[in-house]
Amino acid sequence: MTKLDSKIPEGPLSEKWTKHQASIKLVNPANKKKLDIIVVGAGAAGASAAASLAELGYNVKVFVFQDSSRRAHSIASQGGINATKNYKNDSDSDFRLFYDMIKGGDFRAREANVYRAAEISNNIIDQYVAQGVPFAREYSGYLSNRSFGGVQVSRTFYAQGQTGQQCTLAGYQALARQIKAGKAKMYARRDMLDLVTIDGKARGIITRNLVNGEIERHGAHAVVLATGGFGTVYYLSTLAINSNGSAALAAYKKGALMANPSMAQIHPTCVPVLNDYQSKLTLMSESLRNDGRVWVPKEKGDKRPASEIKEEERDYYLERKYPAFGNLVPRDVASRAAKERCDEGYGVGETGLAVYLDFRDAINNQGKETIKAKYGNLFDLYKKVTSIDPYEEPMRIYPASHYTMGGLWVDYNLMTTIPGLYAIGEANFSDHGANRLGASSLMQCSGDGYFILPVTIGDFLADEIRTPKIKTDTPEFEKAEKDVKDKINRLMSVNGKQSPTSFHKRLGLILWTYSGMKRNEEGLKKALAEIKELKEEFWKDVKVAGKADDMNHELEKASRIADFFDLATLIVTDALDRKESCGAHFREEYQTEEGEPKRDDKNFSYVSAWEYKGEDKEPELHKEKLKFEFVTPIQRSYK
Amino acid sequence: MNKVIASSISKKFVMALAGLFLLTFLPVHLGINFLLLNPDPEPFNEAAEFMATFPVIKIVEIILMLAILIHIIYGIVLQIQNWLARPRRYSSGSKSKTSFFSKFMIWTGGTIFIFLVIHFLNFYFIKLGLVDGIPVEGEAEDFYSVAYQLFKKPVYNIIYWVCFAGLGLHLFHAFSSAFQTLGLNHRIWTPVINFLAFVYAIIIPLGFMSIPLIIWLFK
Amino acid sequence: MNITLKIWRQKNKDDKGGFVKYQLDNVSTEMTFLEMLDYLNEKLVHEDNDEPVAFDSDCREGICGACGLYINGRPNGPQEGVTTCQLTMSAFKDGDTITVEPWRSKSFPVMKDLVVDRTAFDKLIEAGGYISVNTGAAPEANSIPVPKKNADRAFDAGICIGCGTCVASCKNASAMLFVSAKISQLALLPQGKVEAKERARNLVKTMDELGFGNCSNTGACEAECPKDIKLTNIARLNREYYKAY
Repeated sequence: MTKLDSKIPEGPLSEKWTKHQASIKLVNPANKKKLDIIVVGAGAAGASAAASLAELGYNVKVFVFQDSSRRAHSIASQGGINATKNYKNDSDSDFRLFYDMIKGGDFRAREANVYRAAEISNNIIDQYVAQGVPFAREYSGYLSNRSFGGVQVSRTFYAQGQTGQQCTLAGYQALARQIKAGKAKMYARRDMLDLVTIDGKARGIITRNLVNGEIERHGAHAVVLATGGFGTVYYLSTLAINSNGSAALAAYKKGALMANPSMAQIHPTCVPVLNDYQSKLTLMSESLRNDGRVWVPKEKGDKRPASEIKEEERDYYLERKYPAFGNLVPRDVASRAAKERCDEGYGVGETGLAVYLDFRDAINNQGKETIKAKYGNLFDLYKKVTSIDPYEEPMRIYPASHYTMGGLWVDYNLMTTIPGLYAIGEANFSDHGANRLGASSLMQCSGDGYFILPVTIGDFLADEIRTPKIKTDTPEFEKAEKDVKDKINRLMSVNGKQSPTSFHKRLGLILWTYSGMKRNEEGLKKALAEIKELKEEFWKDVKVAGKADDMNHELEKASRIADFFDLATLIVTDALDRKESCGAHFREEYQTEEGEPKRDDKNFSYVSAWEYKGEDKEPELHKEKLKFEFVTPIQRSYK
Repeated sequence: MNKVIASSISKKFVMALAGLFLLTFLPVHLGINFLLLNPDPEPFNEAAEFMATFPVIKIVEIILMLAILIHIIYGIVLQIQNWLARPRRYSSGSKSKTSFFSKFMIWTGGTIFIFLVIHFLNFYFIKLGLVDGIPVEGEAEDFYSVAYQLFKKPVYNIIYWVCFAGLGLHLFHAFSSAFQTLGLNHRIWTPVINFLAFVYAIIIPLGFMSIPLIIWLFK
Repeated sequence: MNITLKIWRQKNKDDKGGFVKYQLDNVSTEMTFLEMLDYLNEKLVHEDNDEPVAFDSDCREGICGACGLYINGRPNGPQEGVTTCQLTMSAFKDGDTITVEPWRSKSFPVMKDLVVDRTAFDKLIEAGGYISVNTGAAPEANSIPVPKKNADRAFDAGICIGCGTCVASCKNASAMLFVSAKISQLALLPQGKVEAKERARNLVKTMDELGFGNCSNTGACEAECPKDIKLTNIARLNREYYKAY
C-alpha cells in the first residue's frame, strides 16, 4: 500500500517555505547539465517551469499537443492574478490571502501549501512585470488593482480581461528564449499517451506525433506534468475543446494517486447553452460581478424582455440571500444559487436556464465610458457570441464546468507518489481545496512553475546525478509503447457506428446531471452504472475514421474520450465517498436548513487520494488527514 | 553593412526616400511644362536650357537618375520576394479591405516606367546627344515645338494620359505609404499627410494631363 | 439552410491537393462556422464513409489563435473582427457556395487539408520576442513606473493571438503586423527598451529568412486582424529598426 507523506516542513507557517528551501538538496550547476527533464504541457505552469528549469541549466524537453505552446488554455484566463502587494493599503497580507484561499476552499486544502502560494505571489508579479506583461496601471504609472470574486480587498492585478493571455505569453516567450539558447527543445503536436516508470521512478513518456501518427519514446531523469485540468469531461465547458485528462490518467494508472477528483468547479458566469450544436461554453470573467447585478424575475416563467420588468419585479437573489458579499460571493455559492433559481422556474431566456447579469445601474452611476474601459473587451466578446449588446440589455449567464481543484496528489515538493513524477498547476490538487477563488489559478500555476518546482525538483535530482542518460530501448519503454499501440489499434478496429463526440456528449450529460452542481447518493450510483454501460457501448460501437499513421483528429478525440470514462468513474466514486458538502461538492443530503453546504470536519477533513488497482477494479482510497494548526475551520458564511 | 541593405525594411526605406525625392521633382517639372501654354516658346526653351546646363541642377539630376534607378530595382526585387512568399494563390481571391491602389503598385509603376522610356527617347536623350532625332519635324533643340508636334497627335496624347493616370494611381498610395515606411506616424500629422497626399495625387497628374489636352484642343 | 462547400483537401504536405465540393443540408444559422464543419465531418464519416476534413481549433472563444481559415476570399470569413471559431453561420444565406482554403504562405506550409504549420511564428519569437530576465532576477514590480498611455499601448499590441490572419490576408504574405505587435509591446515598456535594438534587428532578419514577404502598407492585415492590431505598430517597427542601426 502506498503511504502518503506530504513532507510538510515543521515550524511556523510563515517560515516553512524559507526553511524548506534552505534545507533542500541541491544539484550543482555542472551536474544540472547532465540531467534531462520532460515537461508535458506548456501553459502558465508548464512554460514557466520549463523556462526556469532551463535557466538553471537542466536540459528540458517540452511537449504540447497544440501547434505552439502559446495556445495553451491558460491563455483564456481573463480576470486577473492575485498578489499580496498591498498597494491599496487595504490591510492585505500573505496571511489574509492564505486565509481567503483556505476559507474559500472550504477548509479542504493544506495550510502549508496555500500559505506558500500566498507568500510567493508578489515575486510572480515582479517577474511578470519584468518580462513585459502590460498590467493595468494608474495615471501615475504604478500598477492598478481590482477586487475579485469572494474577497474584500483589492489585490488582483489584471490586463483588461486578458490577464491569462498576457501572463501565458510571457512564459511562452521566456521558454522561447531558452529554446533559442538550446537549453529547451519543443516537441509540438504531441499527445502524451503513457508514462514510463523504471524501478518505480518516472523516466519517460510515450507520445503520439499528431502530424504523422508516429509513436515515440522520450526518456528523462524526471517528468513534470503541467497538463491542466480535465473539466472537458463534462463535454461542454469553458475549456478548450482539446483539453483533456489523458496524461494525468496515464500517470494514475502507473501508480500516481488522484486526489479529490470530484472537486470540479462550475463557474457561475458563462454564456448559457444556446443550441444543440454547441461545442463549448464561453466564460464571462467573474470580474463582471464587481459592477453587474445578478437577478431573475420575481414571477415564475416571466418571459417579458428585461427592460419591461420593473425594479420591484426583479429578484436580486444574491444581494437578498448574501447581504454581506452580495454579487461577489464565491463561485460555488453563485453557481448553486443560479441553478436553484432556474430549477425553481425563475430562469430567463428561451431555455429558462439563464439568469441576468445587469449593468444598467453601473452604466447609470459610472457612465458608459467607465464601464467600457473596465470590461469593453468582455462586452464585445459577449456580443460576438450571443448578438446581445450588454450595454443595452442585461447579459444572460449560466454556470458551466470550468476548473478542477482535484488532480494528481502531490507532496509539498509537488512530487506525486511516483518518485520523479511532478504535477504542477491545475494538474495537481494542492492549493484550492474544494473551491477555487478567482484570480488564484494564474497565481498558483505561475508560482508552481517559476518558484516552487525549480527548487523542489532538486531534492529528487540531487540523487540522480550519477544516473546516465535514460535509454529508451529498455523493456519498460517497449511495453509502454506496445500498450499505447494496442489501445490505438483497438480504437481503430472497433469500426462501429457512433462518433467519438456523440459518446462524449452523453458522458458529459451524465456527469452534469448527477455529479454537477448538486449531487446525491442515488444519482451518483446511477451515474456509475450509466458510465459503465456507456463505456462498454463505446468500445463496441465507436467509429474512428481515418488512419492511425496520419494526422487524425478523430483518433485523438476517441483516445481522450476513452480515458474520460475512467476519469468520470473516479469523479463519481470520489463524490460518493465524500458524505458531506464542501465548496463545489454539494451533496443534497448534507445541507444546512438554509440550503448551504454542511461540512463534516470530524469525518471528512481529509484529502481523498485514489490508487489505481487495475482495469474495472475499485480504486483504493487513501486519506491524507488535513491538520489545521493555524486556522480554525468555520462554517463559511457570506451572509 | 551588407546585411543592413539586404533586409526588406532597409530596401523599403531606401525606396521610400527615393520615392519622396521623386515627388519633389514632379511639381518643378510640372511648373516648367505649364510654360508650354505660353504662346511664346522662349520662356519654356530657356527653362529647359537652364535645367540642362546649370551645374547644381546637374548634380540634382544625377541624384534624380539614381533615385529612379534604385526605386525601380528595389521595387522589382521586393515584388519578386513578395510573389515568392505566396507560391500558391487563393482561388477565392481577396476581398479584404485594403488601400486599393497599393495592390497594383508594380503595374502602375510599370506604366510610369514605360512613359519614362518614351519620354527619355523624345527629350532627354536628345538633350544628351545620345539620340539623333525624333520622329517629328523641326529642330531637335526646340523642345517647345517638339512638344507641340507630339501633343497634336491623338495617339501620343492617349499614351500620355494613360501613363499619367498610372502615375496618379501610383501616387495615391505612394505618398502616405512612404511616410509609414519611414516610420513617420503621428496621431495628428498622419491624417494631414494623407490628405495632402490625396490632393497631390490628383493635382499633379491632372496638371500634367491638362497640358497636352489644351494644346491638342485649343492651340 | 442548405449550403455548398468547396473545401481544400490535401492528404499531406507533399500531396498536390485540390478542392472538393460538398452539399450540406439543414445547417442552422446558430452554428458557428467550426461547428458547421464538425457537423460536416460527422456526416462525412458516418454517412459517406469519407475522411473528415482536418482543421485546427482549440479554445473556440477567439483567444488561443489555433483556428484560422480563408473563407470566401477573406481570412476568418465575412464578419468583422472575429476569429474563425467566432464566425457564425448567420453570415451566410441559404444556397450559398462557401469556398474554404487554408492560409496560403510559403512560410506556413499546408500539413493536411486546412491545417497549416505556423512554426515560423514561434521561430520569430525565439529570435528575440522576449525580455531576457531570468526567474528570480526581477526587481519590485512598482520600482519602475510605466506611463499609463504606454502600458495601454503595449497591451493593445500585446493582445496579438498569433493566428496568422495578417500573413493570410496580406497580398505579400508578410508577417510585419505580427512582428511589429511584439516589437511594439516590448519597446513601449521600459523593461523591454534595453534589448530593443537587438530585438528589432534579429526579428526582422529572421522574418526575411523565413520567407515572409515584406510590407507594402496595403492595410489588409489591420482590416482583418481579429484583435484589431493597428498599422501604427508597423510604423513603430520601422522606427525601431532604423534606430537599431
